[in-house]
Amino acid sequence: MPEADVRDRDREVHGLDALELQPKRGVAERGFGETVRKVWSGTWPKLVAVILVLAAWQAVVWSGWRSDFVFPGPDKVLPTLVQEITTPEFWVAVQVTMRRALTGFALALVVGVVIGLAVSRFTPLRTAIGSLITGLQTMPSIVWFPFAMLLYGISESAIMFVIVLGAAPSIAGGLVSGIDYVSPTLLRAGQVMGLRGVQRYSLLIIPAALPMFVTGLKQGWAFAWRSLMAGELLVVINQQNSIGWALSQARQLNDADRLLSYIIIVLVIGIVIDVFFNWADRALRHRWGITS
Amino acid sequence: MTTITDTPRRTTAVEIADISKVFGHGKGAVTAIDGMSVTVGTGEFLAIVGASGCGKSTLLSLVAGLDGPTTGAVDVGGHRVAMMFQEAALFPWLSVGANIEVPMKVNKVPKAERRRRVGELLDLVRLTGFERKQPHELSGGMRQRVALARALAQDADVLLMDEPFGALDAMTRDILHDELERIWQEKGLTVLFVTHNVREAVRLGDRVVLLSSRPGRVIDEFPVEGERPRRIDSALIATQAAVITDRLRQEVSRHA
Repeated sequence: MPEADVRDRDREVHGLDALELQPKRGVAERGFGETVRKVWSGTWPKLVAVILVLAAWQAVVWSGWRSDFVFPGPDKVLPTLVQEITTPEFWVAVQVTMRRALTGFALALVVGVVIGLAVSRFTPLRTAIGSLITGLQTMPSIVWFPFAMLLYGISESAIMFVIVLGAAPSIAGGLVSGIDYVSPTLLRAGQVMGLRGVQRYSLLIIPAALPMFVTGLKQGWAFAWRSLMAGELLVVINQQNSIGWALSQARQLNDADRLLSYIIIVLVIGIVIDVFFNWADRALRHRWGITS
Repeated sequence: MTTITDTPRRTTAVEIADISKVFGHGKGAVTAIDGMSVTVGTGEFLAIVGASGCGKSTLLSLVAGLDGPTTGAVDVGGHRVAMMFQEAALFPWLSVGANIEVPMKVNKVPKAERRRRVGELLDLVRLTGFERKQPHELSGGMRQRVALARALAQDADVLLMDEPFGALDAMTRDILHDELERIWQEKGLTVLFVTHNVREAVRLGDRVVLLSSRPGRVIDEFPVEGERPRRIDSALIATQAAVITDRLRQEVSRHA
């Protein structure tokens, strides 16, 4: 081919590529003011919601539905909350609870992944325990506690046992459906490229199953967190400080201010973890090109 | 059946010898291919045309070794075989560069060497500088070129293509014909190109093989005339395509 032809061809290809690529709309225009406005538009509805909830709460208290002693308003609870989170004991409690949560979740992750991989790999196993996994997910984990305490005594192991039973089925379920829904096109491409054995899993199936797996993780976390709170209320180990222990202490002392501030803390921790999972989910989807 | 006399004698790359493929068994059995024989020379560009149900995709799966024929044999003579589909089938979680690296990871190519070859292959498909893009950031035509680069990264000398440009617009398809032809010549590849677009077959092929439908077998072969690069809108292609299209229509109306 003559030199000029080659250059023409090159220009054709690059011209077409340039035209076909999505123009980036409005990205360059985003200045400081734009960022502030974006943050504000994401913040004010939340602020308004918080204010409305506080106002409604205060209104119920003022209505005199229950005595101030058992149902204090935000004017009393919020200062208690602030006071509480400035004490070292509070942070010890949070630390103990979060350590249990993360250890339990990590155990559930290992168990869930092993079971999930096994179920998706071996058809007889799926037939045998596939519906059991779904069944376990619907079970309120608190029913396991009497049995767990019988097995492990009043110990952290009892709590871990229940967390794993609560969270592992969701994690396994997420992994199984993630693997089931790997696009056949990608599987065929992998087959053609000679992906086999471990590489088939590490380079193709696991990453392809990741978005659904993360959904399973998120659900598993929710179950783990609920199981842990139930466990800390039921299984009190040697007066060890923890969020659940603080809750039951507050109840025994009829300290409604502290009780409500710990409920708020449990809620806040839940929200923070949820934000983290949503962020992971969005980051994955963005990378996959599922959303813009 | 016409025989080819005017293509030069070459060594055989792929020998498909009297194969048949039956899916299922008993009453529900479907014969996809029945008694098909094709010989593909080394460095030949073979276009395979047929209507629906001619077992085109089954044929390519058999050549790729993804499946075995019910009877007969496919011999690729130890050649490495790569395959491309109508969808680019890139891994959406990997960058363009990392996608091209996948087959090299399978072949245990060292990292530095992988990087170097990714650069070369991207240059070859004219996507220099797109290494870090994600597949969803590219157009359909660009994704197919990445898929081509990935197939070439397998170090294959036989390339199977299953309607690779079927989902692209005409303009992009024309340009990709030119690109594929250039790369085929540069690399000395043997190509089995399945399409239902007769003009495309004549534009690209050294020879066009026409398949019957249900079951698939070779009903005719047409050597293609005209110097490369051929233009898809040229009169020479139009007249040759007309002959093949007529034959294809005969075959289709047989099923009415």
